[in-house]
Amino acid sequence: MSDVAGSYYLPEPSKWPVVGSIGLFLTTGGFAYALTSGVDGAMGNMAIMYVGFAIMAYMLFGWFGQVIDESEAGKYNTQVDTSFRMGMMWFIFSEVMFFAAFFGALFYARQLSGPWLDGEGNNAMTHALLWSDFKFEWPLLTTPGETSALGGAFAQPTGVIETWHVPLYNTIILLTSGLTVTWAHHALKKGERTQLIIGLFLTVALGFLFVYLQAEEYIEAYTQLNLKLSSGIYGSTFFMLTGFHGLHVTIGAIMLTVMLVRSIKGHFSEKHHFAFEAAAWYWHFVDVVWLGLFVVVYWL
Amino acid sequence: MSEHHAAPTGITRWLFTTNHKDIGTLYLWFSFIMLLVGGSMAMVIRSELMYPGMQVVDPNFFNMMTTMHGLIMVFGAIMPAMVGLANWLIPMMIGAPDMALPRMNNWSFWILPAAAILLVAPMFIGGDFMSGQGPAFGWTFYEPLSGQYGNLAFFVFAVHLLGFSSIMGSINIIATILNMRAPGMTLMKMPMFVWTWLITAFLLIAVMPVLAGVVTMMLTDKYFGTSFFDAAGGGDPVMFQHIFWFFGHPEVYIMILPAFGVVSMIIPTFARKKLFGYASMVYATAAIAFLSFIVWAHHMFTVGMPVAGELYFMYATVMIAVPTAVKVFNWTATMWKGALTFEIPMLWAIAFVFMFTIGGFTGLMLGLTPVDFQYHDTYFVVAHFHYVLVTGSLFAIIAAFYYWVPKWTGNMYPPLLSKIHFWASLISVNVLFFPQHFIGLAGMPRRIPDYAVQFADWNYWSSIGGFVFGLSQILFLVIVIKTIKGGEKATDQVWESAEGLEWTIASPAPYHTFATPPEVK
Repeated sequence: MSDVAGSYYLPEPSKWPVVGSIGLFLTTGGFAYALTSGVDGAMGNMAIMYVGFAIMAYMLFGWFGQVIDESEAGKYNTQVDTSFRMGMMWFIFSEVMFFAAFFGALFYARQLSGPWLDGEGNNAMTHALLWSDFKFEWPLLTTPGETSALGGAFAQPTGVIETWHVPLYNTIILLTSGLTVTWAHHALKKGERTQLIIGLFLTVALGFLFVYLQAEEYIEAYTQLNLKLSSGIYGSTFFMLTGFHGLHVTIGAIMLTVMLVRSIKGHFSEKHHFAFEAAAWYWHFVDVVWLGLFVVVYWL
Repeated sequence: MSEHHAAPTGITRWLFTTNHKDIGTLYLWFSFIMLLVGGSMAMVIRSELMYPGMQVVDPNFFNMMTTMHGLIMVFGAIMPAMVGLANWLIPMMIGAPDMALPRMNNWSFWILPAAAILLVAPMFIGGDFMSGQGPAFGWTFYEPLSGQYGNLAFFVFAVHLLGFSSIMGSINIIATILNMRAPGMTLMKMPMFVWTWLITAFLLIAVMPVLAGVVTMMLTDKYFGTSFFDAAGGGDPVMFQHIFWFFGHPEVYIMILPAFGVVSMIIPTFARKKLFGYASMVYATAAIAFLSFIVWAHHMFTVGMPVAGELYFMYATVMIAVPTAVKVFNWTATMWKGALTFEIPMLWAIAFVFMFTIGGFTGLMLGLTPVDFQYHDTYFVVAHFHYVLVTGSLFAIIAAFYYWVPKWTGNMYPPLLSKIHFWASLISVNVLFFPQHFIGLAGMPRRIPDYAVQFADWNYWSSIGGFVFGLSQILFLVIVIKTIKGGEKATDQVWESAEGLEWTIASPAPYHTFATPPEVK
């Protein structure tokens, strides 16, 4: 690690970006093909998509593996480190904005378009002409119409997930995991390798426990409450927000698992451990999104 | 990096490259190809509209042409061209050895061809080309119309990939600008082009994910039973427009801010004066970027918003005129009493200032709620945004080409051909778009293949202008190739009073520049 001017590490030409593009192309193109070629609502052939997934996995292993090797070989000076940090911070910002779109949809439906369908403001005629016996309430259990514009019948739920049960446990689990990852970080900075590994292990375990409980919650919603993606705007916002969050928890937990393996292998030093911090930032980000979800999706 | 390898050769040079100049070249060529593809679609549109009545194509094919023309020009031509300029120029302008994250830089580019294939492929599904099943719902893909479209999934994933590409590219640009500047290059010493791209990159990272979100909702509405945009399920099709334009309005500044930067570089060089009001330019750019987030619903005044919303979005919109005017006055003041010469880049830059301002004024008209009820969805809107995007963004990109191509290739452009290119483009583009103001005010709606005979005369002239403008860009292709192949050798300084680090290095710029950062005083 030298900080001499002009020692910024410039990588050699690399095949990984093109491999990644091919993987992305086959994954998305294959998924689109499966969605558009299916008959009677079933998915079409997904083989292309799986090939794409495999190539993506190969790319991720290869690319990150190469970066880890370069990092362990001491090729990255502090300026390179700063570039990585900025990259991760702005990536997380972009994720925040992705969630903002779905939070925005929830806000708009609850505060504006829902009441308008009920005739609020200057929308009395909308209400009278479209669905005159529609009452807006939240959670919205009874949709204005019975079938969607594309023809499918809405699943009318009998109830919604209870706030102070699994969602509360999940809140506690995620907040605790935020503490354990911070503990691991402090241990790393003090060179306490065992504490680092234990802290990371606990964080990963709590993360996957969260995902497991979330899956249980979905099963309850689908099998007992008839609350589905097709349950109108409530089901749409509920599953899309919590679903994308769950996906991000899974990604974060996988990232932390990689950090755990690397910690066991003896990677990272007290001063040089950007990858760990990036995974920890990401973890705090999913934590904060969850708090928003807990308040506006489950609670209010 | 002590070992200075020369440029690798063969196809793998372009596939595997981590060099900002190679990647910039890839972006620029990609955008040029897309410009010609999207341009030929515009030729189909103008052929159909040359005379009233159905002339050349089916209505569905016409709709597909307007849709694909818009999407390809916005996402395939203008945006990648700006990123290409950023790649080529930002490291040279700030004295950096390369972009901050060179491998990711390459990935940002190579996602684009994949996205373009997903976008275009459905056009070729079907028995023959004329019955192709490409997107035909307008480039703004409003719900619920777009939700009826059979191949929506391809479109959605194409947008996702474009988003990945833009976000990664922008992250790279921000990291480069904030982390890779040579010692002494403080933020307020950065060239305007760098400043405008810094702010543009921020806008991109803020709004591309929102676009990804809204197309994801379209996808789940279509294939997974959600009802974000279906009132029967408690959603709202108008919500689509709100989320889309929350992305869409910053998007138009994403396409114009780097153009501002280009013009702010060119005018001082040929006026032989420093840029007037540098600091106010920076603040005006930031102000425009901020305002772009809070004005989106001026695209949807006629959709039936509460009156308070209409008023708010009108006032907020009109405020944008203030920082924009600051810029136009600054460019004018830079030229005031300057020792002006009219080299080709300067001609394009001055044309930009005049005609972007026309587009700005019509924008002001459209921003006023009561009159927008008259103009909405007419050719007036088409004229407005083509003045901003063609004579604004595209002219600035062409100006940038003429200004920096001697540095890129070491060759000067062919002077006579370039002059013909400029004057042919300038005259034809006004013949093309200016009459569209008149037919728009007279009430001709956009996105229709046939029209009432009262609009016939101006449509005829508009089509003539369109064909000449299209041919002029074929001439541009010839000029680009001729310049790359040879021509009068350029000096390192190229323009006698050009300032900036990129003019201190050799022409053509060596494969690696500033391995050791220069000192900026």
